[in-house]
This record gives sequence, C-alpha cells and structure tokens, in this order.
Amino acid sequence: MEYVNPEGLRVDGRRPMEMRQIRAEIGAVSKADGSAIFEMGNTKVIAAVYGPREVQNRSQQMSDQALVRCEYSMANFSTGDRMRKPKGDRRSTEISLVIRQTMEACILTHLMPRSQIDIYVQVLQADGGTRSACINAATLALADAGIPMRDLVTSCSAGYLNSTPLLDLNYVEDSAGGPDVTVGILPKLDKVTLLQMDSKLPVDILENVMQLATEGCKAIANYIREILLENTKQLEYRRGS
Amino acid sequence: MLHNKLFPKKTRGGKIIRQLREHYLRDDIYCGAPFCTVCDSSGARLSESASTILVVDTNVVLNQIDLLENPAIDDVVVLSIVLEEVKNKNLSVYNRIRAICDNSMRKFCVFSNEYHRDTYVKDMRGETKNDRNDRAIRVAAQWYQKHLGGAVKVLLITNDKENKRKASEEGICAETVESYVKSLDRPDLLDLLVRPSSEDVDMEEVEDLRPSKRKVIYSEHKPMSEITSGLHRGIYHQGKLRVNRYNPFEAYVGSESIGDEIIIYGRSNMNRAFDGDIVAVELLPQDQWKEEKSLSIAGEDGDEDEDVHLAPNSADVAPRTIPQQCSTGEVNAGSCRPCGCIVGIIKRNWHSYCGSLEPMPMPGGSGGVAHALFVSKDRRIPKIRIQTRQLENLLDKRIIVSVDSWDRQSRYPSGHYVRTIGEIGDRDTESEVVLIENDINSRPFSSQVLACLPPLPWSVTSEDLSIPFRQDLRHLRVFSVDPPGCKDIDDALHCYALRSIYFLGYYFVSNISPSCRAAYSHLYIADVTNFVFPGTPLDDEASQRGTSVYLVERRIDMLPKPLTEDVCSLRSDVERLAFSVIWEMTPEADIISTRYTKSVIKSAAALSYVEAQARMDDSRLMDPVTTDLRNMNSLAKKMRLRRIERGALTLASAEVKFQIDTETHDPLDIGMYQIREANQMVEEFMLAANVSVAQQILKSFPLCSLLRRHPTPTREMLEPLLRVAAAVGLNLDVSSSKALADSLDHAVGDDPYFNKLIRILATRCMSQAVYFCSGDLSPPEYQHYGLATPLYTHFTSPIRRYADVIVHRLLAASLGISKLPPVFQDRLQLTSIADNLNYRHRNAQMAGRASVELHTLIYFRKRPTDTEARIVKIRSNGFFVFVPKYGIEGPVYLTTRAEKGSGEWYVDEQEQKIKKMDGSLSYSILQTVQIHMEVVEPQPNRPKLQLTLI
Repeated sequence: MEYVNPEGLRVDGRRPMEMRQIRAEIGAVSKADGSAIFEMGNTKVIAAVYGPREVQNRSQQMSDQALVRCEYSMANFSTGDRMRKPKGDRRSTEISLVIRQTMEACILTHLMPRSQIDIYVQVLQADGGTRSACINAATLALADAGIPMRDLVTSCSAGYLNSTPLLDLNYVEDSAGGPDVTVGILPKLDKVTLLQMDSKLPVDILENVMQLATEGCKAIANYIREILLENTKQLEYRRGS
Repeated sequence: MLHNKLFPKKTRGGKIIRQLREHYLRDDIYCGAPFCTVCDSSGARLSESASTILVVDTNVVLNQIDLLENPAIDDVVVLSIVLEEVKNKNLSVYNRIRAICDNSMRKFCVFSNEYHRDTYVKDMRGETKNDRNDRAIRVAAQWYQKHLGGAVKVLLITNDKENKRKASEEGICAETVESYVKSLDRPDLLDLLVRPSSEDVDMEEVEDLRPSKRKVIYSEHKPMSEITSGLHRGIYHQGKLRVNRYNPFEAYVGSESIGDEIIIYGRSNMNRAFDGDIVAVELLPQDQWKEEKSLSIAGEDGDEDEDVHLAPNSADVAPRTIPQQCSTGEVNAGSCRPCGCIVGIIKRNWHSYCGSLEPMPMPGGSGGVAHALFVSKDRRIPKIRIQTRQLENLLDKRIIVSVDSWDRQSRYPSGHYVRTIGEIGDRDTESEVVLIENDINSRPFSSQVLACLPPLPWSVTSEDLSIPFRQDLRHLRVFSVDPPGCKDIDDALHCYALRSIYFLGYYFVSNISPSCRAAYSHLYIADVTNFVFPGTPLDDEASQRGTSVYLVERRIDMLPKPLTEDVCSLRSDVERLAFSVIWEMTPEADIISTRYTKSVIKSAAALSYVEAQARMDDSRLMDPVTTDLRNMNSLAKKMRLRRIERGALTLASAEVKFQIDTETHDPLDIGMYQIREANQMVEEFMLAANVSVAQQILKSFPLCSLLRRHPTPTREMLEPLLRVAAAVGLNLDVSSSKALADSLDHAVGDDPYFNKLIRILATRCMSQAVYFCSGDLSPPEYQHYGLATPLYTHFTSPIRRYADVIVHRLLAASLGISKLPPVFQDRLQLTSIADNLNYRHRNAQMAGRASVELHTLIYFRKRPTDTEARIVKIRSNGFFVFVPKYGIEGPVYLTTRAEKGSGEWYVDEQEQKIKKMDGSLSYSILQTVQIHMEVVEPQPNRPKLQLTLI
C-alpha cells in the first residue's frame, strides 16, 4: 500500500515530518495526587498518580528508595470493536513494565525511601502511538503530583514506510507492519531512556528514524513545559498570591 | 494548518465498524501554475503560457488514457480524488497516468484537492460516493477558476452528462472530451478517442458480414453476485483463460476446483473473453463435450490455419499439446476432457495490441470517418473494430489499437487507434512490433540513468587498487572466450598448474613440465555492481529491463552502452574490475577449495569460440594461452563427465544462426548454430561457478537468496515424448533425470540425426527454469532438474542479466565486502523482482525467437527451397514437420481446407501414423519427408511461409 503518495502526503494528509495535533490537560482526576490527559490526534490517554505513599505490600518495601508501580490498561471502548480486554495480558504487562522503567529512570526515588508511587494509565481512545502517549501523560501526572524528577520524560514514535521516515505513526500506518521505533528522552539532559523497535531496519536508516523520533520528543517536551507553566500560573493565581 | 475529523463507516469481513480517521487539511498545497501570484511556484508543473487549464474527470482518465498520453494534450490538472478513483478501478491505467504526471516533459500537475483546505468536501447525507467525488471535482475546478482569476480559462473535461450539467449550473466551463478534441482541430487525435458505447448504433454499416438487424450474438454475462454464489456452490469454476496460440477458437481454463483444465471451444462459448482474462466457467453437459469438436475443426472464419514457426525449445513456448482424442474427434468420449462455456468475466486483461487493418476498399468519401477491422499480430486476440479518419494512411501500416468494449450484439470488440509503428513488412517496423508485443523497453536510457555512469573514459585508478578486498591479479594470463563479435564480455578465465614435488607433471605438456599437484582455475566476472549501485535510477532501470535482449540484427541492452561495451566488458589489453571465483582443483577436476574475491585483471586475449577451438586443435601451437586452453578443456571435460554421471540432461535445441549482410541487414545465409568443445568448456566453468556461488549465498542468506530452479517435469508433460517414443519402438525411462539422460543416450536410431531429434523433443517437454527467492520455497524445491544439481543460480553474466547483479550483491555481502541493500529485507519485494525477471527473461526469449522467425521469412522470400524434414506431430488433416537445417517447424496439409474431414485420411493413434483410407499411403512420426518451402502471400501484405510435400 502507498503510505506516502508521490506528492509527499501521508494517508491522513500530514507530511512525513509532521506530528499529529497534540493536546494536554492537567488535573483530570481530582481524587488522585496528580493526573493528566494527553492526546495525540485521536489517541487519548488518561494518567493518574498516587503517592508517594505507604507501601501496601510490606515485603516490597525498600529502605533506600521508593517503589514505583505502574498499571497500563485499555478501556473497552478505546478501539472501534468493543472487545472485552482481559487485564494483565502480555501486551499490557509489557507496556506497564516499559512505562515503569522509563519513569523510574527520571524519578528521584532515593529521596523517598520506604514509600510507593503508583502510576495508572488508561487508554481512552487508541489510534496508534499509545505507548508514547502514555509516557507523556505519566510525565505530566507525575509533575502534577509534585514528585521530584530529574527531568521530564517525553516520548514519540517514528516509522519507516515506502522508504520514507515518518514521524508519529497513526493506527493505519502502525498496522502496516513496518518498523516502528519508539523513543523516550530526557530533553534537558539530552539522554535516551527508552528505545524500542518492532520489525527490523538497517542500521544507517535506524539512525535517521531515531533522530526524527528524538526531534518529535523535543517538540512534545516544549509543549508539555508550556502546559506545566500555564498550570503553575493558574495555581499561583488561585492561591491568590 | 487546519485539522478536521472524518467519520466514515467501513466494513471489514462483513461486519460494519465505525472507523475514525484523522484528516488534516492544509494550506500549503499549491496550484502548480507558474504565473500564480499567491502560491509558491517553485515546483510548478503547468506551462508558463497556458491559456486553458484542463481539469479531468475520473472517467476521462479511465477511458481516454491513450489520448492523455499524446503529447498534444497538456496543461492538465489531475486531482488526487481522480487518481484515487482510477487506482481503485484500474491499476494499469493508474500507473500510466502516474507515469505521465512524473514525466517532466509533460505539463501535468497533481493537485491534492482532498487535503486542501478550500477544496475538501464533506460527505452529504444521502449522497453516493460517486456524486460526492463528482462534486469534489467540480469544487476543485471552481477553486482553480477563482484562484487563477481571469488569467486562464479553466475547463472541466467530463463525459458524464449529469456532472457536466451541474458544472455549467455552478458556472464552470465544462466540455466533453469529443467536443474539446474537435476544438483542437487535430483529426489524428480524434482517432485516439474511445467512443462511448451509446454511439454504437452507427457502427451498423461497418460490417457487411453482420446481419442487418442487431442480433444478439453472445449470451449475457452473469452478474457478479451470481458468479460469486455460483463459484461458492461449485457450479462455476474460476480460472485464467489461455487461448491456444495456434487456434484462437480453442482455449483452456486451468481450474483449481476441478483439478483439470476445462476446454472451451468456439467463439460463442468463449463469450467475449480475451486471453489472460480471469473468467467464470460453467461446465457443459457431458454429452456435449464431444459435439463441440466439430466446431473446432470447422472454425468460424475458416481462419485457423497455422503458420510456420521456429521450433520451440521448451514447453513454455511450445503450442499446447492437445490430447489427440479431442482434436481428432474419433475416439471414445470417455477419455474426453471437460468442456465448458464462459458465463462471466471476473477480471479483464485488456491492453493494447499490435497488428494491422484488414485490407478493405477505400470508402467513397475520403476524409470522413471510416470503420475498419483490426487484425492483431497475436492470433489469440480476435479482430477489433475501430473507427478512423485516416484510413488511407493506416491501411498498409502496423498500428497499435486498444480495446474499449465488447457488447453482446457485436461479433468483434470495438477499440480505438493508438499509434502507428511503420509500414508492414518493413524490417524495422516488424522488429519494433516484436519488441512491443513482448513488452520490451527499447527506448534510449533517460538522462537520470546516464547520470549514474562513471566519468568516461573510465580506467582503473589507484583508488580502486587500494581497496583492501580488491586483489591485484593483473599479472595473470587471463583470456576470454565468447561468440564472435561479442562486445559485452562478462567473463574471462585463467588457469595455472600449482607446482609441487609430489606428483609427476600432469598439465604441462612441454618438456619443462614440472611436477604439479593441483591447478588453480580462475573465473572472472565483470564487476558490474561496482558501477551499478542499489537504489539509483540506473539500478531501477536495469531491474525493470531485467535482461538484455538479443535480436538477430540488434541488441537491446540492459545497461547503457558505455557500461556494457566498455567499462564493464572484460576486453583484451585493458585493466578491468572483476569479481573472481578461484578454485583449487586436482587434476581430476575435484574442487579442493573455492575462494571469491574482487580483483583487477588485464585480459591477454579476447578469443571467439572458433578461434579458441582452432588453437586447441592445432597441435603445433604451444604458446601459453593455448596451453592454458588445453588444460582448462581437459578439466572441463572431466567436470562435464561428472555432471552427466550425476544425471544432468544433455538437451538439444535447434538454434539457428544468420549471416547478415552488413549493409542491407538482410539475412544472407542461415544455418544451425554449431556447438564446439570451446563452448562446452566455457559453459562448464560457468556452471561450476554458478553452483558454487549458489551454495555460498544460500549459506549466508538462507531466506533472501535469489536462486534458479528447474522443476521436475510431470508425467503429463512428458506424455507427448513418450507417445512418440512408443510409436518408434523406443523405451524411455523418465523416472529420474539420470534415468532419462541414460535412456536418451541409448536412443540411437538408424540415422545420425535421430538421437538429436529425440533430444529436441525431450527438451520441448520441459518447462523453463525460473528465478525465485529462497525464502519462498522449501529446500527440496530448489532443485535444478536439467542440471541435476540441488542448487543453482546465475552469477556469470551481470552485464546482460539483472539476476546476476543481485547475486553479485549477495555474494559481496556474504564475503563482508559490502552491506546488503535494504531490498533484501523485504521478501515480498524480492519475490516481485524474481517474478519480473522471469517475465522479462521469457519475453526476451520470445522476442529473440520472433526475430529469428521474421528473418527466416525474409530469407525465404527470395529463395524457395526444397529440403528434408522430419514429421514431429500427427494431425487429422496433415502433420507438423521440423526442418533440422533451418530449425523451423510448420504444418503440412494432406487435405485442402475445403475437403477437411472428408475422411480420406485417418490417424492411427497407437502407431502415430496418418494413413490413407485405402491404405496406399501412410506417414508415421519421425519419418523423413521432402518438402518445398516458399513464401506466399494469400492476402496482400501478409506474407507467410508455406510448406508443401513434394
């Protein structure tokens, strides 16, 4: 199939280097310590963070650092065909693990020993790139919860179809079965915390695709920073100072 | 940039699912007019001084693509919605329109109206997809009008009445194709137009043959829904229709559902299907299976006589062998094959055809519209009715015509004229026809392709030598052996004996002979991949062409001439880059070790087969090259022997060679191609190299190697051979290639040619070897039957075959010399490359044969000849003879057409004989007969070679 037409447009009218429209909102779940909604086009993800709090299972408690837990799930209505999604299937377990590891890398866990941080992410609407959206949402929620972090973590995916590197694959492009590189970075420290790929790619092309994904991450980081700033300003305003 | 969401519903697997897709609307899509003040005109495609810009409708593109391809039509805007619709309806037209849009010479501009902020239209409730798309086209046309203001006229070209009416209502200039072309005042363009079927009525006067009333000739095609359910229930059978090359009223449909071929006799049963169409067939009741045969012999136009052809050399080119029972109609019905009739066409395989107009008197008023019948060169295609305004120009020309429609009331399909090739009978024209018919691209290479060539004149630089993996072998005495006059030398050889103290001299015949234990044989193949890099236009072009094509009088190169004849060609006395295979062999030709390396060589001599043979035969010659030749020859002989022991078949084909007059290019003499020891020597080393390389690449890349396999012939395929053998009292064992090879060796008749004839017949039963991607098949299927080797590939001719280029890359990657190009990671793409190579290879062979046939005809035009021929096939009204001297095959009729089937002759199936009823005369298979060959012209401009019995 043709994913990029000779005029240089993708199936949804974007150019290869363009991201979908992104939108973020902080404080969607008031009961949680921090929460956020993150949208990338039609992909919509909600994240809620509880903690740092007492460790529920004493045996897991660590005396030198905080325990980070993450649970990823997809709402039954998130895809078109309302299938009941069993919890704890391999895919969600894997993504939970990926998100946990990515977030652990930036949370200053040693500042909160003997405590636990829970991150819940749920996909409300899936249209490709859920993994990236979840990480971005979790970052926002963690920031909202006021958990100390080294830097923001942002993530974005890129693929390679029709011999063209494509930024931020949507569902149609994702299901083409081509390579799909998901990158997570710490934008200020300029470090990569996550790099995953489906399918295979020659090394020199991988570098290009990864570069593109990294650019995407940086763009998302800028946007997230803006949102956080805006949010902080509002908090400040509400406090009346 | 605006952002919009779209909510279409989509069905998948019968279920209806709501799908949500994003659809981004943009403001950075430009109109493509260079004079536009608003848009960025850097990439503008339309011409500077366009007075009219055409916006074409989907149907115009679909039906009038021939017109659009004409350079007279320019400044066309093709909307993305049109492209999308065309793509869904007809992929080949889509590829053609895309090619026009990509051609920088044409002023065609693609406008992505679906993604433009102002031209995107939302679906309206209750509107069909078609109406919506028509509206989108109108909106885009209107946008263009507004956008460009009064500077130019924007004209919507549509043949849809409703669309045109609505357009005029909305204030858009709209015209039909006909009226637009008429306004251009170019009568030749009018011929290119496809006539809408509604105009069919005035076709009436064309054919006198036809009954005056519009009578329904063909039964109606069943609707698609009925076909699908019929296929489902097993009433209908689906398959590809293949028309008998030798009898257009007989066709076969290979059906998987009944596991056999269904035979379709006669026009009415074929029901307007073309060769290559995917059709649905209904079986006829069993009692009609036999009855149909009378039709096949009687024919409908009395037009089914067969031409003289070049003797086929494999089952793929040979005419389909019809079981005798069916064609003679004298045998019991029990063994008959199923017959059927076509009830519907699932997919059309219409394209354009090459041929000429049927001779007809000029109509009274010249300059007006004339109707003519077009006869395709390909006999499988029915005559095509066309309408022309330039009849007097076209009558004696070869032209290309494409098919538009075929309705139930007309005996023949209707089509339109596309272009003229040249005069009938002219050698250049006919060669051109050969090329077109075989889909061979003989156009000169484009400038992008030529830009990929290394700077000329090219020579080996110190840079080439400094590359670590390139070995300097210039000091070695290398020579090449090729056909005389060969310019694209892709292989060279070298051989030397290794000194050692253990054994007495084996190789050096002279008195200085030292002791030697082993010999090094080197084979050098031109290093084409050093110049053709993957992904470049040059590589794409070569991969498309697939192979060089050798016609009698010219060669169509796969790579541009400088590469073919100079830079890559391993000519004598110049330094050239090569890819070498180096074997260490014992004197018994056992391979001790094989090594591959890139190298630089300097050929000492470029010999022809004749020269090499002469040198080897001349015992007085003792120069080093000759000694090397003799050494190699003795090695080759041993290798050959071993190969034959393993069961390799020695097949034979009747290849002919022309002597061409250097000035007039007419054939002067014709004779069988002679195979010498020198040919076999080179061949042997090539085979060995190919086998070694196949092993090497498969070891490194088990899933993405390009190999060549030759399927084991099935018993059915060998049936004709066995029947002939049985008739002459020969017992052939076909259980394995080894058994067949042995029994072929033992097949010795009373005359010296007998063995060769049997071999030729055997060769004809085999299918051709094919390229394939190793990941697509399982290892047992990799086998090459003819060569009796489990693995085989092509490595030795990269200048003229693209497969070898691929194999070179694989080999280089397996040696760690270069990286594997990304293509190899895409198995689908690799498979499609292999398929294309097979297709091109077959076409190249067909073209070569057709060219030889053409020259045979030219040769015999002035030289009626009497000669000896052998009967190879018995038919009810005559037999086919093979003329060994000229390598041609053709029918000899015992009865004239009028008295066909009168019963004077009958066929003895068992003994393969045709006998006269009174027993006075009989002809049996493989019998030698004297025939007379002459070129006759039964119809003006249609010369053909006729064979008659003396």
